[in-house]
Amino acid sequence: MSETAAKLVLRPGADSATASTEVSIGQIFLEFLIIGATSFGGVVPYLRGSLVTKRHWVDDKEFVQMLSISQSLPGLNATNMAILVGDKLRGALGCIAAIIGICLPGGVLMYIVGMFYRSHGDHDFVTAALKGVAAAAVGLILYTVMGLSKKSLAGKFDFVFIALTVIAVNRLHQSVPRTLLVVGLLAILFHRPCKKQQESATL
Amino acid sequence: MNQVLALVRVFAYLSILTVGGGMAAFPEMKVLTVEVHKWLTFPQLIHLYSVGQMAPGPNMMMIVVIGQWAGGMLGAGAVLLAFFGPTAVLAFVVARLWKKLEKWPWRTSIQQGLAPVSIGLLLAGCFTMAKGAISGVETAAIAVGVLLILQQYKVNPAWLVVGSAVLGVFTFMPK
Repeated sequence: MSETAAKLVLRPGADSATASTEVSIGQIFLEFLIIGATSFGGVVPYLRGSLVTKRHWVDDKEFVQMLSISQSLPGLNATNMAILVGDKLRGALGCIAAIIGICLPGGVLMYIVGMFYRSHGDHDFVTAALKGVAAAAVGLILYTVMGLSKKSLAGKFDFVFIALTVIAVNRLHQSVPRTLLVVGLLAILFHRPCKKQQESATL
Repeated sequence: MNQVLALVRVFAYLSILTVGGGMAAFPEMKVLTVEVHKWLTFPQLIHLYSVGQMAPGPNMMMIVVIGQWAGGMLGAGAVLLAFFGPTAVLAFVVARLWKKLEKWPWRTSIQQGLAPVSIGLLLAGCFTMAKGAISGVETAAIAVGVLLILQQYKVNPAWLVVGSAVLGVFTFMPK
């Protein structure tokens, strides 16, 4: 009698724990596969729609935090987010399921595009269309850059670091690691923590 | 087999350069894949990157094509692993660490310091690409047009890319 009572008491607790933490590897793979197959024009809104709104695997605040970590680390936002969310849900296996899922559809599609482009890429029609597409891509990157600048810059002086980076890579033809090391270090030191003074005092 | 090893070396290196986004690695991708290894031409690289913007998923999946051309299906797989593997492991390790460092004052400094540098790297990639993609008034107008439309209206960028392809056919098709 007391044993069954104990079981009854234990069961609801155990159930709610599994409901909130146990997302199966298959579910993770499938959800990221869907994102990977449908996220035309940028992955982030689709990630939010699926992981926050539809599945409730991540709440909105955590999503923004994860995105800011993804942005600071090397790697694409899409794949870094897959790693962070996969890790949160099911550890290393979750990561693998998520990253394969998000990469698979686009990878297969581009593989097919590669075969087609190799045989038809020099046709006038294709060349003309691609000329338009390439120009559009430049506009797209500029838009991304401007959005990032609005969102993540801490002050006006940061434009100096942006300029230094561009000059180092485009004009001086320095490698990215060297640029990162020199300009990155300068920028980090510029934004060094100051306990007593206000940030503006460093200017 | 040598090609596959070279692909792995190149793309594992490019992988760690993608600070801020895939475009950050573009200048060195051009040097390594076009000039050093001659796996493709610069116009082809630009075309593939641009077409990749129409594909769903992470926006650098065009690397699959470079792998395919240089080393077949094995090459494509190798490139994917090399390009996404290192940053995946790094993200896995650092993200766990990052949460523990919440109170560490330099954490904010690193994030604030890396922000302008990653923006600069993206911009440098954009300029490298523009050198090949913007060749006259028409292409410049398309680029500026896309930028302005995205700033004004909430449209899916993929449609603008498709629209520019159509525009391209009408504008650049030899008569």
